[in-house]
Amino acid sequence: MYRYDAYDQKLVDERVAQFRDQMRRHLAGELSDDEFRPVRLQNGLYIQRHAPMFRVSIPYGHLASRQLRKLAELARTYDKGYVHFTTRQNVQFNWSPLEVIPEMCAELAKVEMHSIQTSGNCIRNFTSDPFAGVAGDELIDPRPWAEILRQWATFHPEFAYLPRKFKIAVNGAEEDRAVIQVHDIGLDLKKNEAGEIGFRILVGGGLGRTPIIGREIESFIPWQHIITYCEAILRVYNRYGRRDNSYKARIKILVSALGIDEFRWQVREEWAHVKDGPNTLTVEEVHRVADFFEDPAYEALPADDAAYHHHIAEDLAFASWVKRNVRAHKKPGYASVTLSLKKPGVPPGDITSEQLDLVADWADRFSFGEARVTHEQNLVFADVKKSELHTLWQLARKAGLATPNIGLLTDIICCPGGDFCSLANAKSIPIAAAIQERFDDLDYLHDIGDIEINISGCMNACGHHHVGHIGILGVDKNGEEWYQVTIGGSQGNSTAIGKVIGPSFARAEMPDVISELIGTYIEERHEDELFIDTVRRIGLEPFKTRVYADRQPHRKVANV
Amino acid sequence: MSKVIQNGRIASSGWQILSVAEGEDAAAVAIPAGRVIVPLAAWLARREELAARGDVGVWFASNEGPEALADDIGRVAVIAVNFPKFVDGRGYSTAALLRTRYGYTGQLIAFGEVLRDQFDYLTRCGFDTLQPREGRYTDAQLDAAVASLADFPTPYQASVLHPQPLFRRVARAGVKA
Repeated sequence: MYRYDAYDQKLVDERVAQFRDQMRRHLAGELSDDEFRPVRLQNGLYIQRHAPMFRVSIPYGHLASRQLRKLAELARTYDKGYVHFTTRQNVQFNWSPLEVIPEMCAELAKVEMHSIQTSGNCIRNFTSDPFAGVAGDELIDPRPWAEILRQWATFHPEFAYLPRKFKIAVNGAEEDRAVIQVHDIGLDLKKNEAGEIGFRILVGGGLGRTPIIGREIESFIPWQHIITYCEAILRVYNRYGRRDNSYKARIKILVSALGIDEFRWQVREEWAHVKDGPNTLTVEEVHRVADFFEDPAYEALPADDAAYHHHIAEDLAFASWVKRNVRAHKKPGYASVTLSLKKPGVPPGDITSEQLDLVADWADRFSFGEARVTHEQNLVFADVKKSELHTLWQLARKAGLATPNIGLLTDIICCPGGDFCSLANAKSIPIAAAIQERFDDLDYLHDIGDIEINISGCMNACGHHHVGHIGILGVDKNGEEWYQVTIGGSQGNSTAIGKVIGPSFARAEMPDVISELIGTYIEERHEDELFIDTVRRIGLEPFKTRVYADRQPHRKVANV
Repeated sequence: MSKVIQNGRIASSGWQILSVAEGEDAAAVAIPAGRVIVPLAAWLARREELAARGDVGVWFASNEGPEALADDIGRVAVIAVNFPKFVDGRGYSTAALLRTRYGYTGQLIAFGEVLRDQFDYLTRCGFDTLQPREGRYTDAQLDAAVASLADFPTPYQASVLHPQPLFRRVARAGVKA
């Protein structure tokens, strides 16, 4: 993975010094709440319901074991002994006192980590494929490009006070695992007919209050020009994006208002001035960064391991875990493993310091010292020998990190919701817990098969509810928490925004509602048909009919 | 006269910035004698008269861009950009464009809600003069704030102050280092 040189380290250290002084001035009354706000946000610090929330950046989801140990240590020292991984591959602390945050930043800097631009109206963390470098369908490794762009965006002087936040995702595989269609900019690496590397560029996608699928602004921009092209997009957005209404300030609203053709024209007009300028990338810089992402020292192994197959045959629980949590790898004899952070009863994405330390140890022992965060809020070991999977599974099971539910109904994406977040309209974690409790029969879960349930506690959509096969959105109606349900959303190459099935539900109704949706699917499905495919084939009506059959018809659809 | 930070030193502003009250016609506003910076609309309405004076500058509101002044870049005595709110970042692009596209090399003032915590970014975008709202900082605080001009003296990306990005400025260590 990428390692800091003296320049990277100096910038992060300078940020710590700057933020220390800003915190000092804030506590001394020299920096008002209003003035401190953008400063703290651009350091990942929110003022939350119970305590500050502190978000730390994990560029494209990559973590080294020493970084995992540092997170564990910080959670023990300054927080309540656990952290929360987010849908943008970052990590959050929920209980750290305000004054200690600069100290935490200083500790993070020791292991090449930071919280820079994890919030605020600036360019946020770059997200990417958690299986980058090891996926069989990868065309081009997205990580060097994400790192190059991360550096370009870090402390960019012109784009720190944008109309609204700005999120960029990079994909390099046939199947998009970075949700690029719902990002402000989605970058899709590809080769042209001459075999040259470049980017298909999507713009104006996003979830939130107005979910929109990104539009293609360019079908191919050669790699040399990716920074200047992004600068052109950002400059047009910075100048002309709406600033009068924060709900209409994202770039998607500008793109929709202008139309993609007019927006493209404006960007190209701007780009014509900056193209071939100093920000044009060099072969040397791309090689320098790409070298950090060369394959680790894989051993030459046979494709199959007899003992591994023996364990699968002998041990049903192991076989069930392999089926859901182990993924094919491009190298013979290796596999990628997903550690589930979706154990029923534990808030999705949460992990304790003790578990983090164990994950760090296993990363060192089994996977070249690295782990990755997925936007589904799980952890991945990218490079595990098949012969060691059984050992790893036994250890992970003991630690509560081997729930065999990846991609199943209980692998719920869920924001922190009203239990923690001051933006939330409703709680989300108890909904996830109630659904997980309802669906506790593993055989039934496997029978239901692949399905994605995404829960957001408000329309900011941190839980990506719009693109869940079943999406659940917490809404506030006269001070009460209600839940609106969508179905038919999906991520990946066929990204779609789910459709609302009807009036919203009380919290207590939610497990029944999910049961009825699943029951409809079970009745209607063709052989080997997944939930999402059944929804696409038969539409909303059969699901609606069953869910609302015994419910009051007079409730209005929540106005959101 | 307001205190400003000009080219890294605390100085008194030599300019009066002429503001326009709401509802007032910027083009018809009375323009005093002496070094004065007028709203863009006033300049555009009376450009020959004002250019001839030689001591008149122009300021941009945050929603105004340098395109409107393209033909007069060499005729204005000074340019200023207003930051009505510190979170309104349009002025950064205005400055960058003035410096890199319109060839403006004269004094460039950021005024309004201009905070110490933005000095580094403002400077990198091409402002050489920073004029916080009068009374926002004590003299001692302003002295201390000069340090913030270079919070990040070796940034990654190209900007007005650093025309080349880091990867073209220095030889960076690679994985084998």
